[in-house]
Amino acid sequence: MNTLDQLPETLKDHVVGVFPAGLQPWISALLAIGALCAIFPALFALTTVLERKILGRIQNRPGPNRVGPAGFLQFAADGIKSLTKEDIVPRNADRLLHFLAPLVVVIPPLLAFSVLPIGRNLVALDLPETGLLFFFAVGASVEVGVFMAGWSGGNKYSLLGAMRALAQLISYELPLILSALTVVMLTGSLSLVAMVEKQSAVQVAGLHAWNLFTPWGVVGFLIFLTAAAAEANRSPFDLPEAESEIIAGYFTEYSGFKFALFFLGEYLGLFAVCGLGITLFLGGWLPPFTWLNWIPSWLWFFGKLGALIFFFIWLRGTLPRLRMDQLMQFAWTFLLPLTLINAFVAGLWHFTADWNVLFRWALSAGLLAAAYVALSRPFARAFPRRTYRFAP
Amino acid sequence: MSVLFVLLAGLTLGAAWAAVTLRNLVHAALCLIGSLAGLGLIYIQLDAEFLGLAQILVYVGAVAILIVFAVMLVRGTEPLVGRLSTSPWLGGAITVLLAALLLWAVSKSPRLRAPTPPAPTVTVKAIGQQLTRDYVVPLQGIGLLLTAATLGAALIALPRRGSNPPSTPP
Amino acid sequence: MSPLSACLVLSCLLFACGLGAVLIRRNAIVVLIGIELMLNAANLNFVAFWRYGPNPEALTGLMFALFALAIAAAEAAVGLALIIAVYRRHRSSDVDAADELRG
Repeated sequence: MNTLDQLPETLKDHVVGVFPAGLQPWISALLAIGALCAIFPALFALTTVLERKILGRIQNRPGPNRVGPAGFLQFAADGIKSLTKEDIVPRNADRLLHFLAPLVVVIPPLLAFSVLPIGRNLVALDLPETGLLFFFAVGASVEVGVFMAGWSGGNKYSLLGAMRALAQLISYELPLILSALTVVMLTGSLSLVAMVEKQSAVQVAGLHAWNLFTPWGVVGFLIFLTAAAAEANRSPFDLPEAESEIIAGYFTEYSGFKFALFFLGEYLGLFAVCGLGITLFLGGWLPPFTWLNWIPSWLWFFGKLGALIFFFIWLRGTLPRLRMDQLMQFAWTFLLPLTLINAFVAGLWHFTADWNVLFRWALSAGLLAAAYVALSRPFARAFPRRTYRFAP
Repeated sequence: MSVLFVLLAGLTLGAAWAAVTLRNLVHAALCLIGSLAGLGLIYIQLDAEFLGLAQILVYVGAVAILIVFAVMLVRGTEPLVGRLSTSPWLGGAITVLLAALLLWAVSKSPRLRAPTPPAPTVTVKAIGQQLTRDYVVPLQGIGLLLTAATLGAALIALPRRGSNPPSTPP
Repeated sequence: MSPLSACLVLSCLLFACGLGAVLIRRNAIVVLIGIELMLNAANLNFVAFWRYGPNPEALTGLMFALFALAIAAAEAAVGLALIIAVYRRHRSSDVDAADELRG
C-alpha cells in the first residue's frame, strides 16, 4: 500500500537522484511544475469529451462519437482544429492587452494547483503559513484577465460580458472566501496540508472527521459549491458567457488557439476550485473510512475531483440560466448572510466541544435551519410556486 | 540588495511611472495594478508573506476592479485629448524638490547602515493574536470604517431622485 | 546600498510619482491613482522599517501596514463613488470642472 501511495514521490526522488547535487532543487521544482502542467490540462481534455457525452446522454442524443473509439479522441480533433484556425485580431482592438488576456486567465489556476495537497506528502508548494491566502490571491488575478479580454476586443458584447463576469466574480468571491474561513477558524491554520491532517482524526466506526460531517460543514460545503459554480462560470451561473444572449461574453473577439486558451482557463479554474472544496470539506486525499486506506491517497483526491466535475456537468444539463438581477440578489441577500451565520455556528461548534453530541448537533442544525427559513422567505414570496396548464 | 529586489523594484517603479503618465485611463489603471502587485511581491521578499498576499488579494482582486468600473462609468475608455494639466511647472517643481529632499535625507541618514537583523519568523497565529489582543480597538474601528465606507459609497453613487434630477445622458 | 535604504529610495520614488500625479494631472481617476501610490509608498516604509529595524518580533510595522491596506480599500471605494457622482453632475471627470464654490 505504502509503495503505491508514495509512488509519485519515489519516482521524483529517483529522477532527481540522477542529477548532480547542485541542480537537484531546480530539477525537483521543474518536475513538480511539469507534472502539474501535464496532469490538469490532460484532465481538461478528458473532461471536454466526457462533458459532451454526459450532456448528450442527459439530452437523449449520442454526443460526439466519430473520432477514435466511441468518440473519445474528440479532444485531439478539437485541439488540432483550434491550432490551425486563423488567429483574428479586430482592427480597433488593443493589441497588447488582447494578446496578454488569455495568458492572465490561464496562468493563475495553474499556480493555484501548486498549493493543493493532491496526496499524502504530495503537494508542490507547501506554504505552512499562507496556503489558502495564496490560493485566493492568485485566483483574484483572473478578474484582471477577464476585464482585459472584454475591453481589449473593442466590442460592446464582450465588454458587457466582462462587466457581468466581474460583477459576478466579486459578488460570489465573498461567500467563497467566508465559507473557507469557517474551516480556517476550526483548523487554526491557513495551511491546506494542516486542514487535511486535522480532518484525519478518527470518529466512530473508523469514520474520518471530514468537515462535511458537521452541521456547519454541510452548509458551508453547499455554499462553497454554489459560489464555486459562479466563480467558474458554470451553469446555472454562466451569464458571462450566455451564448444565447451575448454571443460568448468576454471572449467573443477571440478565435483559434486563444479561444481554446480561454476554455482551458475556465476548466482549470473549475478544477482548482473543486480541489479546494475537496481539501476544505471533503477530507482532501483522505478516504471516508480508515479501512479504505489501502487505496492510494492521490486516487482518492482525483476520484473526488471527478465526482465533483460530474456533479457540475449534471447541474449544467439540468438547471436553466439565472437572470442578472436574480444572480445579484441571491448572492447579497441570501448567500452572504447565510455564510456569516454559518461562521457564527462554526464558532459555537468549536466552543461546545465538550457538550452532549446530540444536543450540540440539534443546536447547530436548528440555528442554521432557522436562518435558512428566514433568509429564503423573500424568495418564496417573489417566486410563487408556478402551475402549468397544458392544452388537452 | 539582491537581483530579485532590483527586478521587482524596477517593475514596480516602471509600472507606477506608466500609471501616472499614460493618456489611456484603462492602461493607467492596469499599470497601477501591476505596480501594486509588484509591491506585494516585494513584501513577500521582505519576509512579510501574509501582508504581501493580502496586498495582492485586496488590490488586484478588489481595488483594481473598482477603478476599472469607475473608468467605464465615467467614459474614460477613450484616450484623453488636449492638455493633461493646468499647472505642470509648479506641480512638477514641487514634486522634484520633495523627491530630491527625501533622497538627500535617505542618503545622509547614518542609522540606515545598521546591520541587517536575521529574518523574523512571522506566524499567522502571531498576527491574529496581535489583532485580537493589542489591536482589538483599531480592528473594530476598521470594521466600522469599512461598513460606513460601503454604505457611503453606495449612497453617493446612487442616482439622486426628486429635487435635483441629473441631466439626461446624451 | 543597504537593503533598508534601497527600500526607502524605492518608496521615495513611488511617493514622488504619486505626488506628481496628484499635483499635475487633471483627470480625477489619475489623481486617485496617485493617492493610492502615495499610500502604498508609505506602507513600504512601514514594512521596511519593521523588517530591518531593531525589533522585528514586535510586528508593529506589519500591523500598521495591514490597517493601512484596509483604509486604502475604503478610501478607493469612497473616492471612486465621489468621482462617479461628480461625473454625473458635470459630465466630466476633470478635477477643475467642479468649481461652483470658486469666489
